Amino acid sequence: MQFGQSIQTKLSGLIAAIAVGSLALLPVAAHAKTNEKEPMEVHFSFEGPFGRFDQAELQRGYKVYAEVCSACHSMNLVSYRDLAAPGGPFYDPKHPVAPAQSPYAKAIAEQYKVPDIDPDTGDTIQRTATPADHFKAPFANDAAARAANGGALPPDLSVMARAREGGPAYIYSLLLGYEEPPKGLTVPAGKYYNPYMAGDMGSYWTGAKTQIPEGGFIAMGKQITASRVQFDDKTPSTVENEAHAVATFLAWTADEHQVERKQTGLAVMLYLFVFTLITYLSYRRIWRNVAH
Amino acid sequence: MSGHSTYEPKTGFERWLDVRLPIIRMAKDTAIDFPTPKNLNYWWTFGGILAVCLVIQIVTGVVLAMHYVANSAMAFNSVEHIMRDVNHGWMIRYIHANGASMFFLAVYMHILRGMYYGSYKAPREVLWLLGCVIYLLMMATGFMGYVLPWGQMSYYGAVVITNLFSAFDKVIPGVGTAITTWLWGGFAVDNATLNRFFSLHFLLPFMIAGVVGLHIWALHVPGNNNPVGVEVKSKEDTVPFHPYYTVKDGFAILVFLLLFSWFVFFAPEAMGHADNQVPANPLATPTHIVPEWYFLPFYAILRAVPDKLFGVLGMFGAIAMLFALPWLDTSKVKSMRYRPTARWFFFLFVAATIGLGWCGGKLPDDVVLPVGRDAVTGEATGFTVVMLSQTLAIYYFAYFLVILPALGLFEKTLPVPENISTPVLPKGGAAMPSGAAASPEKKG
Repeated sequence: MQFGQSIQTKLSGLIAAIAVGSLALLPVAAHAKTNEKEPMEVHFSFEGPFGRFDQAELQRGYKVYAEVCSACHSMNLVSYRDLAAPGGPFYDPKHPVAPAQSPYAKAIAEQYKVPDIDPDTGDTIQRTATPADHFKAPFANDAAARAANGGALPPDLSVMARAREGGPAYIYSLLLGYEEPPKGLTVPAGKYYNPYMAGDMGSYWTGAKTQIPEGGFIAMGKQITASRVQFDDKTPSTVENEAHAVATFLAWTADEHQVERKQTGLAVMLYLFVFTLITYLSYRRIWRNVAH
Repeated sequence: MSGHSTYEPKTGFERWLDVRLPIIRMAKDTAIDFPTPKNLNYWWTFGGILAVCLVIQIVTGVVLAMHYVANSAMAFNSVEHIMRDVNHGWMIRYIHANGASMFFLAVYMHILRGMYYGSYKAPREVLWLLGCVIYLLMMATGFMGYVLPWGQMSYYGAVVITNLFSAFDKVIPGVGTAITTWLWGGFAVDNATLNRFFSLHFLLPFMIAGVVGLHIWALHVPGNNNPVGVEVKSKEDTVPFHPYYTVKDGFAILVFLLLFSWFVFFAPEAMGHADNQVPANPLATPTHIVPEWYFLPFYAILRAVPDKLFGVLGMFGAIAMLFALPWLDTSKVKSMRYRPTARWFFFLFVAATIGLGWCGGKLPDDVVLPVGRDAVTGEATGFTVVMLSQTLAIYYFAYFLVILPALGLFEKTLPVPENISTPVLPKGGAAMPSGAAASPEKKG
C-alpha cells in the first residue's frame, strides 16, 4: 500500500522529531565549578514510574528525623496531619477520615509544644500541638539557630531532597560520607570535611594544585552512627539502614504526592494511548481516498 | 477572511444572527470549510499543538493565581502550599511548569518548519512577523513566570536579565541604570519587582492570545504554505480543514500530550534546577546561574561576546534576525526541498543553535577540546565553551546575513512542481476520484 507506507515514513519522522526535541532538553544539568564526589550508587523503593514508598521505612525515617535531625533542622512546610495523609508514613486505611482526625497524627502532635499567643492575655505561651500545626522548629528564629550552631544555619529540610542534585542519594551519601581529611587540608574550626559536600577548598589545601581533594566543608558533624536510633520494627540499627530510612523520609517530605502522581500518570498515559490509537485509525480512514 | 463563503443559514435563528453578527459563518469558513493544501505533513501540526499549549497554560495559570501569593516573603511557601495542600495543586503546577517547556519545544519546531519551507515569503511576511511577536511575548512571559516561585534561580535569573539593561550606561551614562531601577521598581530585585512580574505574567498570555488571533487571520488570507511551496492553484489541491486536518492535528496533539504527560507525571523536575528549590537569598549567589533550557542559545550568544553592551545587542540581534528573515532570504523558491544547497546550510543552522544551547548550559571556561595543561594549576587548556559559542554564534548570524542573501543569487535550484497535486500523485497520474474528498464520512 503506497500511501500507508508514506504515512509510516511521516510518522517515524514525527517520532524522530520528538525524540530529537527531547534530547535537546537533556543537557540542561549544570555543572558548578566545585568538585564534590558523585553520590553513591544506592537504590530506593520509590524509583521509576512504578516505584512506591515503603511505609515501614518511612516510619523508620520519621523516627531518625524526630530523634536526630530535628534537634537542629526545622521542617516548616510539613504538618503533623501530613504524616497520616494517604501515602504518608502513618496513613492507616482503617481510619479513612481526614488526616487531621487520625489518632496517629494526634498522638504524634501531642508530644510537642508550639509557641502561640494566649487569646485572653496576649502573652506568648507554649501550647500542645494539634495535627494541623506544622512541625515544631527547634529554634525560635534563624538568629537563634545560628547562635546555637557556631554561626551556621541548619537548612530547613522540607524540600531538601529536591534542593540538591542527586536528591535522596546525595543525602544518603553525605550522611555516610564523613571521612578523615586528607593530609595537607586545613579544616577550619567548627567545620568537618565531607567529600560529597559542594565547596571549593583550594585555599585550604597545601598540596599540589592539581590534587585538590574532592568535596567541601560542612558545619554539621557526623550524626548517623550505629545504634543511634532503635527501630520499633526490629530493623537493625546499622548506619546504612538509618541513612537510607531518613533519605527515604526526606524524599517523601519533599514530594508528598509522589505516589499519587505516578498512579495518576499511569492512568493518564493509558487513556491517552488508547485515544491516540483511535484517532490514528480515524485519520487513516478519513484520508484513505486522498493522495497526499 | 478570504475565500468564497459556503455557509447557508438553515434555521430561522441562524438567518437572524447571520445578518447581525455572522459568527457562525466565520466559524464555518475558518475552522470547517477552510480549503487547506492536501499535502501538509506532520511539521504543520505544531500550529494546532501550540494553540493547545496556550490554552493549557492560561487555564492552569489562572487556577495557580488563585492560590499563589506575590510577595517576596510568602511566594516560595505559597508555591509549596500549592504543591502540598491545594487539591491536585501538584498536578496543576507541574502541568504549568512543564507546559512552558513543551510550549517552547513546539514553538521551535513551528519556527524551524517555517524556515525550512519558506513560510515567511510573500505573501506571508505579516503572518511571519506576527509569529515573531508571539515568540517575543512568550519569552517575556516565560522569563517572568520563572521568577514567580522566588527560588534562588528565579531571583538570580531576574537579577542577571534585568541587569543587562545597565549595559546602556555605555551609550549614555546613567540611562542603563535608570532603566534597571525603573524595571525593578527600586534599587534591587525585590518585592516590587516580584509584584510587577506577576502582574505582567498574568497579562501577557492574553496579549499572546490576541496576537494569535491576528496570526490566524493573517494565515487565512493567503492560506497555508505547504511542503512543496507552490501556491494552491485549484480546488483539487485542497481538502476542507474539517475533517481532514482536525483529525490529523488531533492525532499529532495526542502524541504530543503523551510526551507532555510523561514529563508531568514521571519526570516533573527534569527540566527544573535543584537550586530553585532553595528560597531566594540575595546574600548567597548560586555557583552557576543558568536560565531555562529554551533561553540557553541566546544566553550563550550573550556570553560569547566579551563586551557587555555588544553581548546584549548580540542576544537581541539574534532574535531580530527572525524578524528580518523575509527580506534577507532572496531566493524565489520557497521550499528547501528544491534548494539542495540551502537545506544543508539550514541543517547546519539547526545544529549550530542546538550547539549554542549546549554551550549556554556550560561554564564559559570549561574546556571542550583539551590541547594542553596549564603550567601552574595543571588544569586542561584548549578550545573552551566560550570559543565554541563564538564560532557557532558567527555561523548563526552568517546564516541570516550572508548565506541566505547570497544563496538566492547563486544557488541552482531543482525544478519546482507545477502544482501541489503533481508530486503527490502515484506514478501514472491517476487522479483522486472526483468528489472523494468532499464528504468522506458518507462513503464506505
